[in-house]
Amino acid sequence: MSFSILEKQELVPTIHLMTVRAPAVAKKAQPGQFIMLRIDERGERVPLTIADFDREKGTITMIFQVLGKTTMHLSMLKAGDDLLDFIGPLGNPAHIENAGTVILIGGGVGVAPVFPQARALKSAGNKIISIIGARNAGLLLWEDRMREVSDELHITTDDGTKGHHGFVTDIVKKILEQGTKVDRVIAIGPPVMMRAVAGITRPFNVRTIVSLNSIMVDGTGMCGACRVLVGNETKFACVDGPEFDAHLVDFTLLMSRLAIYQPEEKEALEKYTCDRKGCSC
Amino acid sequence: MLVLELKRMPEQDAKKRITNFNEVALGLTEEQAIEEAKRCLQCKTPKCMKGCPVEVKIPAFLKYVSEGDFASAIKEIKSDNALPAVCGRVCPQETQCEQACILSKKGASVSIGYLERFVADRESKKGVQIPAPGEPTGKKVAVVGSGPAGLTAAADLARMGHSVTMFESLHEAGGVLTYGIPEFRLPKEIVRAEVEYVKKLGVTILLDSVIGKIETLDELLDDFDAIFLGTGAGLPAFLNIDGENLNGVYSANEFLTRVNLMKSYLFPEYDTPVKIGKHVTVVGGGNVAMDAARCALRLGAEEVTVVYRRGEEEMPARAEEIKHAKEEGIKFRLLTNPVRLVGDGKNWVTHVECIDMFLCEPDESGRCKPMPLSGSEHLIEADVVIIAIGTSPNPLVMRSAKGLEITKHGRIIAKDNGETTRKRVYAGGDAVTGSATVIGAMGAGKIAARAIDEYLRMK
Repeated sequence: MSFSILEKQELVPTIHLMTVRAPAVAKKAQPGQFIMLRIDERGERVPLTIADFDREKGTITMIFQVLGKTTMHLSMLKAGDDLLDFIGPLGNPAHIENAGTVILIGGGVGVAPVFPQARALKSAGNKIISIIGARNAGLLLWEDRMREVSDELHITTDDGTKGHHGFVTDIVKKILEQGTKVDRVIAIGPPVMMRAVAGITRPFNVRTIVSLNSIMVDGTGMCGACRVLVGNETKFACVDGPEFDAHLVDFTLLMSRLAIYQPEEKEALEKYTCDRKGCSC
Repeated sequence: MLVLELKRMPEQDAKKRITNFNEVALGLTEEQAIEEAKRCLQCKTPKCMKGCPVEVKIPAFLKYVSEGDFASAIKEIKSDNALPAVCGRVCPQETQCEQACILSKKGASVSIGYLERFVADRESKKGVQIPAPGEPTGKKVAVVGSGPAGLTAAADLARMGHSVTMFESLHEAGGVLTYGIPEFRLPKEIVRAEVEYVKKLGVTILLDSVIGKIETLDELLDDFDAIFLGTGAGLPAFLNIDGENLNGVYSANEFLTRVNLMKSYLFPEYDTPVKIGKHVTVVGGGNVAMDAARCALRLGAEEVTVVYRRGEEEMPARAEEIKHAKEEGIKFRLLTNPVRLVGDGKNWVTHVECIDMFLCEPDESGRCKPMPLSGSEHLIEADVVIIAIGTSPNPLVMRSAKGLEITKHGRIIAKDNGETTRKRVYAGGDAVTGSATVIGAMGAGKIAARAIDEYLRMK
């Protein structure tokens, strides 16, 4: 079995969109879930959050940032190429209900998994306030799609090239301080951002959900590589998550565990770029 | 009576083998096999067969071997056991067929395991015979999980004429044979060949298919007449002590999956990395602990220590695996139990704090209960720690199944014939018993296949 790539494009520098034909996965996919893929026989299994799915066409869309060897290799593939393995949908679906007013926060590539949730929450009748952020205007993702499903859309950039000059947290803070009644906050992005959001919403006692991108091997609860500490209890992000109560997550542990293989990741990436260039280093 | 004792099977020298992942035991020659098989007394009421969970007709196959008719020997084994090359390598024969062998009372039993392996390997070199399929019944059976229980059930059901589809969650079939047992004990080439055999019997294997996610059990029941659940015991147990989430601390499942399934011992040629410790501590005393320790050594660790809370006699690992580990220089600290994992302040593990144990009266498992000796706490240096204290069934399938009852330990409740509390659903292997042996799981697969066949023919 192989899974063909139907679409591949670089949305903004280093961030790519890929749509894969996987009808059985698409049939069951729901917002908040993820897939695992393996490019070829020697490849590693990597988890990617589902950014969109089309049950009729039988497709799954993922958005990924080039960080290591596998994402670099993935970014080189084109429509018409195949992936060797494509497994999912994994993890628990996001809880979609009419909560009232929901703030959705997407940082960097985190905008992608936020989108299907925003869409589902919107059609469930919620008022959607979206905040999307990036380092600069050129790296901002899916503004158009997010605008379509939001009642309010805020944009932030670290360097001020678009929207608010600063972080997504500034906007959350402002909204909460203004006394707006917010029933839920959903934040997906780099762990530092998610931790900062949790810090801001905690004193306001607003239920805050984050999606954790731990290191995984099988993605089905078999190995425990993805273990995270939530409310002082060890959980597996792959089967107990990936979404957790942000106020209970130990982000320091998460970040430290995400860094376990940094030296190996660097080595693999260097070897890959070297092999491609054909240099003899 | 002359009872010859077989020389041990030739093995890779311990010093050499710790530098590679090649198979340790090298196999018998034809002459050795014939000579060894001739030792069988061909008992009228063979005790060895009663010791075999899949009831291989041992004296019959040994007779063929003694006559040099290896083709008939393998045919005889395969009528009861679809995975002889696997069983010949990983079965605990010393507590099963070989223990029951009458010769074991008079010296050494016939080396049934070595001979099973010999004829299976010989057939795979010469070309595998595929038995004719049974008369098609028109019935469809789904087998969930492609480990030893599932492969056995699938092979038997296919030979009975049913149409069998097998679902595997990982990208390669074989279950624990693929992700758990290392290359040097069970080469993956052997597992792949056994899986190929099952496919050639007509079984369709769908990889990358996580039942409970891609299809629920209820949905499968719409499409199939019966289901066999051989989902294994894939959920790793941790010690629940401080420091278990430190970097460098692995479940044995994770460590072995990285090394075996993902081939991280070939990193960076293969993409998946694994931490190569200097000082590795493995916690546990079973085969999985031995496998993890020996893998760590082969990856290049300077020192590998197995920490086990009971004594050597109580270790659940096969005697041969303990012996192999010792030959390779693995250190054993018995009657020792971890109480805490100590970190360097940057979330990396540096030491395992242990306490000495002593044994008192036997507990419910019949083994002596280990008790801590207070004041005996001490530190063992470790930059990689592997927890190999057992696994329980993975709840993914069960979570999606209405009416399928499980025990408080998460095991599927099933009768001796594999029937669960849900009609048309059968189960066997580690998913029912908790982590046990490959051959035990195969026995359960075989019995369940019979029960499923009976049920489908009655319908």
